[in-house]
Amino acid sequence: MSDSLLSINGLAVSYRTRTGRVPAVRGVDLDVRPGEIVALVGESGSGKSTLAHAVIRLLADNASIDAGRVEFDGADLTGLSEKELRTVRGARIGLVPQDPGVSLNPVKRVGEQVAEVLRLHDLSTRRSTPADAIEVLERAGLPEPALRARQYPHELSGGMRQRVLIAIAIAARPKLIVADEPTSALDVTVQRRILDHLQHLTEELGSAVLLVTHDLGVAADRAQRIAVMSRGRIVESGPARDVLDAPSDAYTRRLLASAPSLSVARPRTNPAAPAPAETPLVTVENLVKEFRLPQGAGAKRIVRAVDGIDLAVRRGETLALVGESGSGKSTTARLVLRLAQPTSGRIVFDGEDVTAARGGRLRGLRRRAQLVYQNPYASLDPRFSIGEVISEPLRAFRVGDRASRAERARHLLERVALPASILDRRPAELSGGQRQRVAIARALALSPDLVVCDEPVSALDVSVQAQVLELLAELQADTGVAYLLISHDLAVVRQIAHRVAVMRAGRIVETGATDELFDHPEHPYTRDLLAAIPGGGVHSRHYEERT
Amino acid sequence: MRRYVIRRVVQAAGVLWAAYTVAFLVLDYLPGDPVSAMAGQGLDQTSTDPAQIAQLKHEYGFDKPVLVQYAEYLGRAVRGDFGDSVATGRPVTSTLADALPATLQLTTAALLLAILVGGGLAVLATYTSMRWLRQVLLSLPPLGVSVPTFWVGLMLVELFSFRAHLFPAFGNDGLRGLVLPAIALAIPSGALISQVLAKSLLNTLNEPYVQTARAKGAGRARVHLRHALRNASLPALTVIGVLAGQLMANSVVIETVFSRNGLGRVTATAVGSQDIPVVQGVVVFGSFVFVLVNLVIDLVYPLIDPRIVVAGRPA
Repeated sequence: MSDSLLSINGLAVSYRTRTGRVPAVRGVDLDVRPGEIVALVGESGSGKSTLAHAVIRLLADNASIDAGRVEFDGADLTGLSEKELRTVRGARIGLVPQDPGVSLNPVKRVGEQVAEVLRLHDLSTRRSTPADAIEVLERAGLPEPALRARQYPHELSGGMRQRVLIAIAIAARPKLIVADEPTSALDVTVQRRILDHLQHLTEELGSAVLLVTHDLGVAADRAQRIAVMSRGRIVESGPARDVLDAPSDAYTRRLLASAPSLSVARPRTNPAAPAPAETPLVTVENLVKEFRLPQGAGAKRIVRAVDGIDLAVRRGETLALVGESGSGKSTTARLVLRLAQPTSGRIVFDGEDVTAARGGRLRGLRRRAQLVYQNPYASLDPRFSIGEVISEPLRAFRVGDRASRAERARHLLERVALPASILDRRPAELSGGQRQRVAIARALALSPDLVVCDEPVSALDVSVQAQVLELLAELQADTGVAYLLISHDLAVVRQIAHRVAVMRAGRIVETGATDELFDHPEHPYTRDLLAAIPGGGVHSRHYEERT
Repeated sequence: MRRYVIRRVVQAAGVLWAAYTVAFLVLDYLPGDPVSAMAGQGLDQTSTDPAQIAQLKHEYGFDKPVLVQYAEYLGRAVRGDFGDSVATGRPVTSTLADALPATLQLTTAALLLAILVGGGLAVLATYTSMRWLRQVLLSLPPLGVSVPTFWVGLMLVELFSFRAHLFPAFGNDGLRGLVLPAIALAIPSGALISQVLAKSLLNTLNEPYVQTARAKGAGRARVHLRHALRNASLPALTVIGVLAGQLMANSVVIETVFSRNGLGRVTATAVGSQDIPVVQGVVVFGSFVFVLVNLVIDLVYPLIDPRIVVAGRPA
């Protein structure tokens, strides 16, 4: 295509590892026309990030481009020297990286970091640079840009940092912006605002965007064309509507079917609610948790993370606690498990007040209330074998002997649909989804009454998410365990929760049965949250108007 | 900030007291005493009058119970009086003060050399894209850490004094006399700085913000020096705090090898003759320097990394 801004032909990239060369991108063709948004969708390991970085030749040291051409504005980027590339990077192609938490230099002021692009490409004089940098920050939608420019990255929120990164990418008004999962680390409402702004900005500048994302919902909302990547190849590409409405490839169909954000409108496994008459398993009354801020952090020395909440979890029920980061939902979970000490309030577990339980009584609670963490990569001891990981709670409570514990571990693995052959493996040999299954098996080892799941699937790929959520629902149906599900992802919540409590700034603003709350949200904040879920366009066809 | 410094000064006083006490107990536990040692150095042991020894011991207070000695010495030490050297009769404080400038020159020169050469080596090793050069450069620091200081000193003297006649082999005269001992003293320290900084730089260069900088169009040198180096320098700074102690300890060896006058020599002589007041003075002074250097380093951290807060507030 001669009218393409970016034209990738037969590109192949591989990584050199100890066991030989591992291909990551195998012969990819992709075109981006001027001013167009193209979404590159795929799961982790599909090669989409490698492809995006290959465009600006920012690959890891052990990666190499083995074949193919990357034509940008008439020149082949794969043949440029490092020095020539410097005039392309930042000036004609901007990059918005993935994780705003770690993508800004922590020891430099925000203004300096934006100014650097302007100075590197001689876009402003030494004297005018500071003011120009502030102007770019303002264009990126950062409130109070003059103040922010003097601050360090750690003094800004995640959303603000992402705006700074966008400012860096757009500073030189590039023709192409490569956005690598630009909002995956952010809350949905922030994600929506930032993507809206990025879209608006690129329209204004006339820049094209290569939007790399694992979230089909985001792709559906934003892109004119979608390319689906799997195992280093593009398996399907075309106008967004065609790909979403009539996917021709089996992988695309699977991805569409499992994307939780796309299934919000049609819950699949709507679980039967347990009998409500029973007394709740856990009751929390007027729970408060205050944290002291380090001295000198302004007038407000004490922050109320949890500000007087009431909630009840019934046996066999899933109660979801939903909110954005900083809303206090994880703190609440820690309080319920008594991993943190409440400032005031009452926690009753199965009729027993455990607010101040210590020693043996606290151990009793530990045995009956377990936890599944967010990050399966960090929550399993890398030096334990899988068998040891799963049977550790049994060893801690001296349940059974060695043989019966091994038997129980095998049985638990079977319950979470993993082969017994992995008992002797180490966590590093398993995939993210497998690890989370192991974490679930460990949580169930003592047959607890309550399992707190803190963002149990947010670190996993969408197709794996769906499987793990189904597993959680099945296990609940079999064992009658109750879940307190902490999540920022309303789509996940809709799939398995019976009831939902929406948290904001330490308070519960709305509670209700899942369907009721999704169909008739009462609190304006709940409505905001629901509206911000990406992918709404797929079913209501909003995106036609936007394109 | 002021409260933080005050708290640290109180802690420092505690450290000095502990160093003094431990040194006192260890010296007391050792067999023999300075007066016997002095007497033993005489022509022959039999000629020394036992009564004279007893009187000397009485004068220095060595015949009193340990706790009483400890209390008396500590009381005077607090007022800055560490007593008189048993061997020379001069006040300990002036003995140390006389020896200090030479050692300060030596250790400062060695530290600067270690930072410049060690740091430079680390930057170069991580900067070069030639694999063989990187391998060679990165293998130097482990070598530097493992060779003994005295051996390096002797080799330098052999090569540059006796064979090449470039630098004097011993003595305190001027800058030229400083070169060889400073190099010998700097090698293990520089090697350590180099090892830590290179490792830290390699980690830092894999950070996502380094990629952001490259995506801006920044060149290799700019990314390395303007973005990575400052972030990577914190662990090296911590090491420098520890090196303050190592340099003082190694100066004992180096000053002996090069026959330089200084604190190291004073220490070596005092230990040899069981000159307890001088040893005590050296121990307390050494602890003082160590505590001071590390306080300064703790105050420098937040200047390098704004995320580090001192006493709960950004400095």
